[in-house]
Amino acid sequence: MKKLISAPYLLWMAVFIIVPLLMVAYFAFTGSEGGFTLDNLAAVSQYTNVFIRSIWLAAIATVICLIISYPLALILARMDKSYQSTVLMIVMLPMWMNFLLGTYAWMTILGNNGLINMFLGQLHIEPFKMLNTPGAVVLGMVYNYLPYMILPLYTVIAKIDTSIVEAAQDLGCNGSKVLWRVIVPLSVPGIMSGITMVFVPAISTFIISRMLGGGSNLLIGDLIEMQFLGNSYNPNLGAAISLVLMVIILLIMTILNQFDNDEGRVLI
Amino acid sequence: MKRILISLLACSTLFLYGCSHVADEEQEAIEEQTFTVADKAYYEQLKGQNVSINVYNWGDYIPDGSDERTLDLNKEFTSLTGIKVNYSTYATNEELYAKLKGGGSTYDIIIPSDYMISRMIKENMLEPIDMEMIPNFKYIMESFRDPEYDPGSKFTVPYTWGTVVLIYDNTALDENEVSWETLWDPKLAGNILMFDNPRDAFAVAEELLGYDLNTEDPEELRKAAELLKEQKKYVQAYVMDEIFDKMGAGEAIIAPYYAGDALILKNEYDHISYVMPDTGTNRFVDAVCIPKGSKNKTAAEIYINFLCEPDVALAISEYIGYSTPNIEAYDMLDDEIKENDILYPDEDYLEKKTVIYRNLSDDANLLMQTLWTDMKSSEEQTPNRFIVPAFMALCVIASLTILIRRYIKKKKDIF
Repeated sequence: MKKLISAPYLLWMAVFIIVPLLMVAYFAFTGSEGGFTLDNLAAVSQYTNVFIRSIWLAAIATVICLIISYPLALILARMDKSYQSTVLMIVMLPMWMNFLLGTYAWMTILGNNGLINMFLGQLHIEPFKMLNTPGAVVLGMVYNYLPYMILPLYTVIAKIDTSIVEAAQDLGCNGSKVLWRVIVPLSVPGIMSGITMVFVPAISTFIISRMLGGGSNLLIGDLIEMQFLGNSYNPNLGAAISLVLMVIILLIMTILNQFDNDEGRVLI
Repeated sequence: MKRILISLLACSTLFLYGCSHVADEEQEAIEEQTFTVADKAYYEQLKGQNVSINVYNWGDYIPDGSDERTLDLNKEFTSLTGIKVNYSTYATNEELYAKLKGGGSTYDIIIPSDYMISRMIKENMLEPIDMEMIPNFKYIMESFRDPEYDPGSKFTVPYTWGTVVLIYDNTALDENEVSWETLWDPKLAGNILMFDNPRDAFAVAEELLGYDLNTEDPEELRKAAELLKEQKKYVQAYVMDEIFDKMGAGEAIIAPYYAGDALILKNEYDHISYVMPDTGTNRFVDAVCIPKGSKNKTAAEIYINFLCEPDVALAISEYIGYSTPNIEAYDMLDDEIKENDILYPDEDYLEKKTVIYRNLSDDANLLMQTLWTDMKSSEEQTPNRFIVPAFMALCVIASLTILIRRYIKKKKDIF
């Protein structure tokens, strides 16, 4: 019976996840005329700096998301139930709006003649360059992926039994001690889910870097896109880059999972 | 919260801005488009047979009746011939190529550019067109027959053409100081936009170096790449259609782009002007082809012939702003447009100073792509090559500490 219920998903997984993955691997290890080769993977190494930049920017974005989201999730979880759903909705609001539109709006906000510089101009402050910088790319990532950090954090923190917190206070913990010794350790699974859900899409994004980075802050996603829609159609190298990216993400995720305690992760 | 409000505000301004633009365009009333065809019987040969064709064209590249005075060409075609048109669009030649190469979908009509056409001919991806079926080919200007990308015009019928020009902000620059070199002017650092595709970007550099725009010489390509790398520190952004917004909003001062789009920009903004570099430029032709695997070749040929009807060609040229290769349509244009020496430069300039792209060899394409990626991914100050190793090391150390701590804790618990 159990098997029967899971059959649709298993079929889905086989057709749309396993087979494409195998195809990516196949393309990565074959040349343009077929036949096994390691050239594609070797060619990936010349783009090390793009990988470094992607990992670095995605890591910064993830940390910023965490710093912004944690206090918010804490406040949210302790809020009056009647307000919670409203605030949650506001958190999710940017997700409902098409993310391209949101990113596009940032272009008009950050530009040299954009809203911010126009405002600064009113105060007689020289406009400064914000668009087309790595900072703008990070901002775009934070803007787009923030809800994915808040939601798992909120779910985990809301589930923490208040009696545990009260017990800690009874035993003489002050506010910061309760936070660091009780709430943060208990919310580690949420932090891990949040990091995964922000870091993984951030590292492979391509349109954000093109729109906000001005095309000169190339990320891995752009690199892959260029192999398929660029001057020379090169699906083999594209597949090889994707494969390396997958391995890197897998590696980082396994390392991060070490932080997790045995209490299991939140499934969200 | 504030962040959301700001972005909402930005979006709504954006929206209003978009609306006001549409309104502007509608106000510039040009007389309503109409058309007549000479040979009605020709168009009715497949009527009632429930035939349909799949047309794959550039985005926003055919009058679609979106504002009232323009024709909806696909609808007109269906009512004239009874052939249904399934219309879809692509953004770049490379996207079209990848889609056709990937298989899985069949098209009857595609409209690639010159160099992509010669690549497709070479790779046997196009179906020869039966010119007997295209009587209207007689309207195509002499200079567009027998092009270099399709010797003998066996596979293609030209749709539109244009040149690459320099668009600039006339409040910051004078016409006589604008040339290809201006794109390398350190004084304009941060105000220069550049093509975000290797072929066009390399052509600009090759133009400046005095090379052939179709060069396959690795040495010359490398030199061009060097020049582009040098330019990178002055470039604000590598963009394509974003040029409309950025130049329009005064974000940048100079950009190379296609003539038809330059005209649209100029009509919309007073501060925009454009100039055709005296030293020469690229001329591009987009032409209609039938890809291999077309299910309705006859219907496709009828469609091509329809696109060559003088009235139809005129409607297309008026709507998208690009130049037409159709002699009758050209004669019907307003004098103002006909005499525009950027849309229709004189024969002498076209002959001597413009170059049409040819497909490069696979090796040259690959080299260009590699040099381009290399140029785009390079940075002047590679801040820390050790970021990734350091990051990894940090992760390993942290996970080790946690393991050890857990181990100690376990031991404690036993006692």
